Amino acid sequence: MKENILISLKNVIVEFEDGHRVLKGIDLDIHDEEFVTFLGPSGCGKTTTLRIIGGFAEPTEGDIFFDGVKINGVPPYKRNINTVFQRYALFPHLNVFDNVAFGLNVKKMDKKIIARKVKEMLALVNLSGFENRNINQLSGGQQQRVAIARALINEPKVLLLDEPLGALDLKLRKDMQTELMRIQKSLKITFIYVTHDQEEALTMSDRVVVMRDGQILQIGTPQDIYNEPVNAFVADFIGESNIIDGVMYEDYEVEFAGQAFKCVDKGFALNERVDVVIRPEDIIVGDYETSPISGVVESVVFKGVHYEITVDAHGYKWLIHSTQSQEVGALIGMNVKPSDIHIMKKMEVR
Amino acid sequence: MKERIRNSLNDKNSLFSKIVSTTPAFPYMAWAIVFIAVPLGLIVYFALTDTAGNFTIANIAAAGEHMSVLFRSIKLAAIATVLCVLIAYPMAYIISRKKGVTGSTLLMLCMLPMWMNFLLRTYAWMTILENNGLINRLIMLLGFEPIRMINTQGAVILGMVYNYLPFMILPLYTTMSKIGNDVIEAAQDLGANSIKVITKVVLPLSLPGVSSGVTMVFVPAVSTFIISKMLGGGTNQLIGDIIDLQFLGNTYNPNLGSAISLVLMVIVLLCMSIVGDTEDETMGGRIK
Ligand SMILES: Nc1ncnc2c1ncn2[C@@H]1O[C@H](COP(=O)(O)OP(=O)(O)OP(=O)(O)O)[C@@H](O)[C@H]1O
Ligand SMILES: [Mg+2]
Repeated sequence: MKENILISLKNVIVEFEDGHRVLKGIDLDIHDEEFVTFLGPSGCGKTTTLRIIGGFAEPTEGDIFFDGVKINGVPPYKRNINTVFQRYALFPHLNVFDNVAFGLNVKKMDKKIIARKVKEMLALVNLSGFENRNINQLSGGQQQRVAIARALINEPKVLLLDEPLGALDLKLRKDMQTELMRIQKSLKITFIYVTHDQEEALTMSDRVVVMRDGQILQIGTPQDIYNEPVNAFVADFIGESNIIDGVMYEDYEVEFAGQAFKCVDKGFALNERVDVVIRPEDIIVGDYETSPISGVVESVVFKGVHYEITVDAHGYKWLIHSTQSQEVGALIGMNVKPSDIHIMKKMEVR
Repeated sequence: MKERIRNSLNDKNSLFSKIVSTTPAFPYMAWAIVFIAVPLGLIVYFALTDTAGNFTIANIAAAGEHMSVLFRSIKLAAIATVLCVLIAYPMAYIISRKKGVTGSTLLMLCMLPMWMNFLLRTYAWMTILENNGLINRLIMLLGFEPIRMINTQGAVILGMVYNYLPFMILPLYTTMSKIGNDVIEAAQDLGANSIKVITKVVLPLSLPGVSSGVTMVFVPAVSTFIISKMLGGGTNQLIGDIIDLQFLGNTYNPNLGSAISLVLMVIVLLCMSIVGDTEDETMGGRIK
């Protein structure tokens, strides 16, 4: 990742004909050779933002800059950007070779060079020998790799990927994630990646952009986003969380579940109502008599690395990840370290 | 031994499955026999017999005398078909790219003339093109010499294009609306401007529509007789008029009429197979 800013969105607003405001003022700088991921629930405007960058949609208001030059109104074929579409959009009338070669053929490149480049590119995505296959003779994962090869062969400065791994099974998805990260690092291309899978976003990206309802909630490194979510929505979206109503007594002291707890947050108003966010793996299970919170175990599910335990206490269903199993119906105690208590301002209700 | 039993079982299976798979088709088979095979057989029979019912090839030979008319029919129908492709193609493309209500409204507007009676539509053109028709009166009003439009080959072609255009638009629209916007956007993304999008993506993907449109326009156009009768006058007779004469005119001769129809059918089939072949080369060639 370099220091210079390659793409910049300035207060981008998109409104469709029906008056529906899909993007409500997006401000975003993307660095050269960066791997940025848009993360957010379905319908939050990820694809729309990507289409603005690709040139397939125009912002109703606001500007978009590429390498410092304003590119509003520049058609897609003149932008040094390529896209891997959400549903691949391969050309059904062309075989694998011609699909991958499409961009170079359009540029009227020498046939010999095209053949060599296609060969290299297919090797890069592990599809050597598939040149003459028809598109409908490929599996989903293979089609997906053709789509990546078809975009990358044009050596774009930026590659837009719209949920490219959505249709793949878990194993293949993990493999492709590693593969894409490797490609991004070796070709030194800026990747703008869309997903609604938080784990994928955290694993792959240099920076994550969390979106909701056409707005950016938080931009930051995966560590930032995970450890310092700006509000309960981000916290919940980025990983399962317990979100409990609380009241901030004073700096470093919060009340929730009928108890006062020490915490590490400050700067809230006196008795301000707040969201208290606690990760399931941060809850310490202990004896119910000596622990500040106690409740009844409702369910225990084995998840491989840990048990997922639901506990009913103080009107909340608490989610605990623990390596120790518990009896359903048992009374247990729960505690949290001050540093694991995350206090967040209440989200404004919209 | 085991082999034999398995084989016979397989045979039974295949026979059984054949019966099952054809049974639901039975009504259609019956329909095809009554309305397609029988009339076709009758035409062949009439074409190859004289009035007394004896076998003869004289009718076929006599049909040869109308070769020049036949070629004129093919020529005019071919021109009309080409014009239909040229007009309908961009129209269908534009309509197919419109979403929702706008698209279907536009398509309906294109189809609207088809709901008007065929004869009426052609009569309307007569009154428009006549020597003292609508256009010529306008021309004379502006102080120019009237133009002879009615009873020309141009008028016949115009009639064909006007009447059969919807049959070109519909199949083109159908194939084009199946081309996803994402495929077109992918082409743009890969550097194709509008022209290249058309030539490299839309055209190859819409060829099946072109070929069925060509069939649906060329076949009725080549055998029409109303259009040539009304807009072409006596001088631009088409093969359809000749056939018409054999059945309804004073030269009543159903045997000759059948023979000409048969020859026409064979030639049309030949023409269509050429179109079909080119389509195979461009579309199906890779699938093998
Ligand atoms: N052409 C359009 N006209 C009107 N509304 C649209 C149009 N395209 C998208 N929208 C709306 O814009 C919103 C954002 O859509 P977008 O495709 O950007 O979501 P997304 O974040 O990519 O969702 P997903 O994860 O499901 O792909 C949605 O509410 C959608 O209904
Ligand atoms: Mg999307």
